[in-house]
Amino acid sequence: MNRICARLEKLSQKSQKAFIPFIVAGDPDLDKTEQLVLELERAGADCIELGVPFSDPIADGIVIQEAAQRALAQGVSLRDVVSFVKKVRTKTQVPLLLFTYFNPVLAYGMDTLARDAARAGVDGILCVDLPPEEAGDYKKYMDEHNIVTVFLVAPTSPDERIALIAKQSTGFIYYVSRTGVTGVRNQVEQSVPAMVQKIKAFSNKPVCVGFGVSTPEQAQQVAGYADGVIVGSAIVKIIGDYQNSPYLIKVVGDLARSLARAIKNP
Amino acid sequence: MTNDNLMTHCPDVRGRYGPFGGRYVPETLMHPLEELEQAYRAAQNDPEFQRTLERLLGEYVGRPTPLYLAGRLTEHLGGAKIYFKREDLAHTGAHKINNALGQALLAKRMGKTRIIAETGAGQHGVATATAAALLGLECVIYMGSEDMARQRLNVFRMRLLGAEVREVSSGTQTLKDAINEAMRDWVTSVRTTHYVLGTVEGPHPFPEICRDFQRVIGREARKQILERENRLPDLLVACVGGGSNAIGLFYEFLKDEQVKMVGVEAGGLGPESGKHAARFATGIVGMLHGAMSYILQDANGQILGTHSVSAGLDYPGVGPEHAYLKMLGRVEYTYATDREALDAFQLVSRLEGIIPALESAHAVAYACKVVPKMDQEAVVILNMSGRGDKDVQHAARFILEGQEPGI
Repeated sequence: MNRICARLEKLSQKSQKAFIPFIVAGDPDLDKTEQLVLELERAGADCIELGVPFSDPIADGIVIQEAAQRALAQGVSLRDVVSFVKKVRTKTQVPLLLFTYFNPVLAYGMDTLARDAARAGVDGILCVDLPPEEAGDYKKYMDEHNIVTVFLVAPTSPDERIALIAKQSTGFIYYVSRTGVTGVRNQVEQSVPAMVQKIKAFSNKPVCVGFGVSTPEQAQQVAGYADGVIVGSAIVKIIGDYQNSPYLIKVVGDLARSLARAIKNP
Repeated sequence: MTNDNLMTHCPDVRGRYGPFGGRYVPETLMHPLEELEQAYRAAQNDPEFQRTLERLLGEYVGRPTPLYLAGRLTEHLGGAKIYFKREDLAHTGAHKINNALGQALLAKRMGKTRIIAETGAGQHGVATATAAALLGLECVIYMGSEDMARQRLNVFRMRLLGAEVREVSSGTQTLKDAINEAMRDWVTSVRTTHYVLGTVEGPHPFPEICRDFQRVIGREARKQILERENRLPDLLVACVGGGSNAIGLFYEFLKDEQVKMVGVEAGGLGPESGKHAARFATGIVGMLHGAMSYILQDANGQILGTHSVSAGLDYPGVGPEHAYLKMLGRVEYTYATDREALDAFQLVSRLEGIIPALESAHAVAYACKVVPKMDQEAVVILNMSGRGDKDVQHAARFILEGQEPGI
């Protein structure tokens, strides 16, 4: 069974919620990314989203843009991220989800990527600028290789689109909690619980919430009604702040532990 | 299906031009794009909307723009007769107003109170700021730092018109990054804001909407040339950044098989230099800013930086309909270098008393190469897409001070 599906199912049986941290692969470099992945797992991550750096990340706010730039400065490509997963798989079985833009996937070749990613031990891919309408071939190849395809629901998605996305999404459904780009926010929008409930009416698949969940308090709040909580910018910001510090791994680990605690003990 | 049908049935319901185009955006924008498409279809069938647009194009923009026989240039080159379609005489100095005004009217009809736009050379920004002033809409323009430096006059014009100009210092600090930033704004503000995309690029329905608002150029030119010459032209020439002025001129002639068409991209320092924006010369099919098309990218799918002396052509992607017209072989695409464009810029200024935009000068540069080889009876229409006042200061560095572009 796919690692992401297995983990979410196991959590669901125990009525627990998933903690899904996001980091950019190659930020500040791939060696650090490996240490961060292992530390995040120790801190309680149920699945780790690995951002694939892209030159034109239109869905991202400034924190993740800058992280992508740091990774691109190291020359990190989608190919490198796939190789990275292969390497890190010898050390951990933590579920791994790639978060990418579509053009690097196209350049790699959708069929070869599906094959290589599966061999390397990637469990899922989320293409942030690939809506289900355009995802026919992509989905076919990913399905063939048992790689889950996570699609996003947004606050602007009407019922017909929620139904379509719920059908096409595998592993879980990602609810974008804000009309906007990724980034740290002061509070979670009030409409989120109702939207999560609405999505659940369309499907039995787990619904995880991200975009703008930053603090343990917010994470705890979201864990009250969603199946999982995705935290990106808050972690990536710390990585940026401590990129040259010997304390990088520890500081990120501490933040992750506080988030995991909040999510696991609602 | 014949090529004619292929060309005139574009885009299909999925926003496709053959294998190009489509709608590749974050989910937040999917429904707003569906709403935009519905609103646009409704506006197309609303006589009141069409009347308002037509009235403003006449009274406010100054359409129809003249078709002018460039006599001294024709004589100088000693070949075909060259006509300029004088979009430089449209209000605000370029064809951009045709689309900006149309989309601003559409925004108002949709109940949006705020419009945003990207701009490279500043012409689309100025046109959008102008339409916003005319219709009483709040307006924010995104512009790359590098472009702000080389188009200072237009920055001031936009501010004078009441728009807020936001400097984009990320990435290459040019048009590509201005579009990224406008998209990020739109993802956040989409409930109240319409994004006036300035060219035949982006997710469906933008390439179609922009093309339709620019078709007036070719519609007028076709009628004007038939009146003047009693025949169709042999060749149409236009510069291609995103490609809105080119598609605007070409579209009404696509079915006229005898009319040859050439789109001229920015060759920068030459395709072999890596410093250019010649997407068709060296680009690879991919997806940027919501549409499949030819894109300048590396082997890993990262978008490459571009270079052109002209800010309006300095962009790594090209409109999906152009990609399709190239695939069908209906339009030929070539490039002119910075140096050739600067030479053409001076030549037209001296011979015709018309200072062309550096973008349009690329079309002139190509014409200078082919027209002398054409028959004297042949007729060429060149889209003088904009005027060059905005470029004078920038061009002076290369012409008077002898600097090399791209250094």
